[in-house]
Amino acid sequence: MTTTVEAPPGGAPERTSRVAAPLGRRVLLAVAAPLAAAVFALLVSSVALLASGNPPLEVYSKMLTDGTQLRSVLITINNAVPLYLAGVAVAIGFRMALFNIGVEGQYALAALLAASVGAAVQLPGALHIGLVLLVAIAVGASWAGVAAVLKVTRGVSEVISTILLNVIAAGIAAFLLAEHLQKRVEGSNNSATPPLPESARFPNLNGLLDGLGITAPQGTNLGGFVLVAIVVGVLYWVLVNRSLFGFEMKAVGINPFAARASGVHTKRTTVITLLLSGGVAGLVGLAQVLGTSYSYGLSFTAGLGFTGIGVALLGRNSPIGIAFAALLFAFLERSSSTLQFIDVPTEIYVIMQGAIVLSVVVAYEAVRRIAATQAERAVRHATEEIAA
Amino acid sequence: MAATAAPAPGSADSAVVVRLEGIAKRFPGVVANRDVSLEVRRGEVHAVVGENGAGKSTLMKILYGMQKPDEGAITVDGREVHFRSPADAIEAGIGMVHQHFMLADNLTVLENVILGAEPTRLGWLDTRRARERISTLSAQYGLGVDPGALVEDLGVGDRQRVEILKVLYRGARVLILDEPTAVLVPQEVDELFASLAELRAEGVAIVFISHKLDEVLRVADAITVLRGGTTVATVSPHGTTARELAELMVGSELPTPDTRDSTVTDVVELSVEHLTVLSPEGRALVDDVSLSVHRGEVLGIAGVEGNGQAELVEALLGLRAGTGVVRLGEQDISSWPTQRRREGGIGYIPEDRHRQGLLLSESLWENRVLGHQTVRPWRRGPWIDRKAARADTERIVREYGVRTPGVDVPAFALSGGNQQKLVVGREMSGSPRLLVASHPTRGVDVGAQATIWDLLRQARADGLAVLLVSADLEELIGLSDRLVVMLRGRLVAEMSPDDTTPEMLGSAMTGAFAAPERTA
Repeated sequence: MTTTVEAPPGGAPERTSRVAAPLGRRVLLAVAAPLAAAVFALLVSSVALLASGNPPLEVYSKMLTDGTQLRSVLITINNAVPLYLAGVAVAIGFRMALFNIGVEGQYALAALLAASVGAAVQLPGALHIGLVLLVAIAVGASWAGVAAVLKVTRGVSEVISTILLNVIAAGIAAFLLAEHLQKRVEGSNNSATPPLPESARFPNLNGLLDGLGITAPQGTNLGGFVLVAIVVGVLYWVLVNRSLFGFEMKAVGINPFAARASGVHTKRTTVITLLLSGGVAGLVGLAQVLGTSYSYGLSFTAGLGFTGIGVALLGRNSPIGIAFAALLFAFLERSSSTLQFIDVPTEIYVIMQGAIVLSVVVAYEAVRRIAATQAERAVRHATEEIAA
Repeated sequence: MAATAAPAPGSADSAVVVRLEGIAKRFPGVVANRDVSLEVRRGEVHAVVGENGAGKSTLMKILYGMQKPDEGAITVDGREVHFRSPADAIEAGIGMVHQHFMLADNLTVLENVILGAEPTRLGWLDTRRARERISTLSAQYGLGVDPGALVEDLGVGDRQRVEILKVLYRGARVLILDEPTAVLVPQEVDELFASLAELRAEGVAIVFISHKLDEVLRVADAITVLRGGTTVATVSPHGTTARELAELMVGSELPTPDTRDSTVTDVVELSVEHLTVLSPEGRALVDDVSLSVHRGEVLGIAGVEGNGQAELVEALLGLRAGTGVVRLGEQDISSWPTQRRREGGIGYIPEDRHRQGLLLSESLWENRVLGHQTVRPWRRGPWIDRKAARADTERIVREYGVRTPGVDVPAFALSGGNQQKLVVGREMSGSPRLLVASHPTRGVDVGAQATIWDLLRQARADGLAVLLVSADLEELIGLSDRLVVMLRGRLVAEMSPDDTTPEMLGSAMTGAFAAPERTA
């Protein structure tokens, strides 16, 4: 804690210190939370490493040296893109106290159908990609829409319905893939949708890197989908911080009674929010469909929706925070593959992820309480000054 | 048994159970209590009154061991004690019944009472002994509580008696009751007071914290007034009026809510015809209500809480479905959603500002926008103009005297009175045509109350139509141009504030008094 002098009531007024102190404290508090969380997460991870017989410092330095190489950085960024989108999808729900656990099912269905539609039509480049994006958004939103309708008409908690819808989505996706949409890959057990034509493939940004004087190592690239993630992030920021709808969303999330009394259409807000969340969720799988695999198959990446919950929590629902969280998770995931070379179990990164999310949540709650007490105190000081 | 009459304050008496002397408690930046002295005797109901922030809660927390005093001494039965926790206070025979009950609904009275103090026999729960003990206590103090009843089946009054029983079961001889009548209807208040009389006759000392001066005068043997953190006087209820008490609390002449000249016009701003609101079970909560409010008029709605006022207000705001016709000016707004009604010029001061009026964790300027988020100047298409919102919030802070260091402070940091001034300022901005005000001065201190009354009067003079629902009868009589009484969902009487006393209004509210039959 800081050591600002509190002027006794009725004593000599020290205006400058009184006004300046809360600001200094606020900055300190803002830094304190992530710092405390990082220290605690490192401690927990170190214990886990020691328990598994690995020297923590050595492991960390290995992670750092490998992780900062250009190749690793590019892979980390590419892997962070779907995590970011999943994080934003969850965070949109969190803004109005809705817990969309269904990102997982929303993106699986969206990726499957978007990949199928993309492979089935022929269109010039930008239009083709645009169509695939649109299908993915529409499918993700519709699937979330089921939960939304259940919630506003029947009062079904979205927590329950989205979990159940995940299971149904997985079943539907497997059924559609097996019965209708697959094209067997010769000499392999993998079944997948037909590959996308060239016109529907998202260009990578290696040209941009060249322009910056950076040459991507052989076999790696900077996926173009990072641009989509950036656009989504900016739109999310605008929605939350500047728009009327974002304000109403927040109001419903904090105090639904006050929101209703203030004329907010709470049901409509709920439906739109879940549709938005599902729409963004629909994009999660497209980085892979449009950028690397060009199809949806049995080996398609799963679990991003659940990781997205952790990313949103870690990022505190802020567009920038979620970006850091997604990068951190992708970095840890990347590290786990390099750590294998020095015989560190890959599960260690899961432990680190968990430790980080947990300590961040605890640290921010602690800071929130301290900040609340300080705000009350600041008001009391100011009020006394006015009264005096 | 101890005498039930109050011994003269200040007289040395061996019957003193608890004595507080020179208690002081400081928090960073504020002095909550200083030089507080209080003596509570056996078999006495000792009321502690004071406005919000006068230090009542802190004092009770000190007495109940939840806070440690910085200075001063507490003696119980002549021995000095130092409480480290409520457990120590209970040990010394001091128990507290909180304003908000702490009972488990799905347990029986017996289970609730013994929870945390379970009698055991060879490691097993001894319910037989507990039941006997509870029955004895219940009979001894006339509480009439059935130990086998499920708490969820009990009414509020019964629950309160369970809370009292819980404290007595733990051996309390001094009972602190924190605003015990706040949650009760009048009949329950009578029952509570009857129970208190029994307790008093059995020698229990009761510390009774309250805002309601008429109740204090009815039940107390001695009254201690707190002001600005210190005890300013201990008086006997005999020969003291509510007004004198209030003046002691405020330390100056009381402001009165008298409205001076009539500003009523003949333009009808709100007219309600045959409005009926049903509960989910089909019971009529608002039963065929018709009324009208003119421009420049305050229509006061009196009634014991729970007689349909809240539902009437919610129906007017479009928060609750009802049948009948509601007109704002010439327009039939019966089918309008809440947002359209608000945009159409209905301001709303909700009865519970925390529940319906504020986003406590958010800044003042965001709270200023709330309820008016769809109108200029801050709404620009789909965007919110933060600068315009901040600027207008600063205007409200200035004009309505909201004490705050700035408009970016979260709403929870303000005191109740200042929160309410913000809400009132917000709802009076943007030139509303009709203001629906539910208990506009509930839970605010006397200073803020006077300000809010002035603001309402000013707005009325400027042509605002006001529908005022209040439990404060003086406020109703003082501010209203016309009064109607609501009982079991119906408007049962209409009275003129000029020749109505709080007593007449009070009896009309309970249906006991045959008020002139309502014609309009």
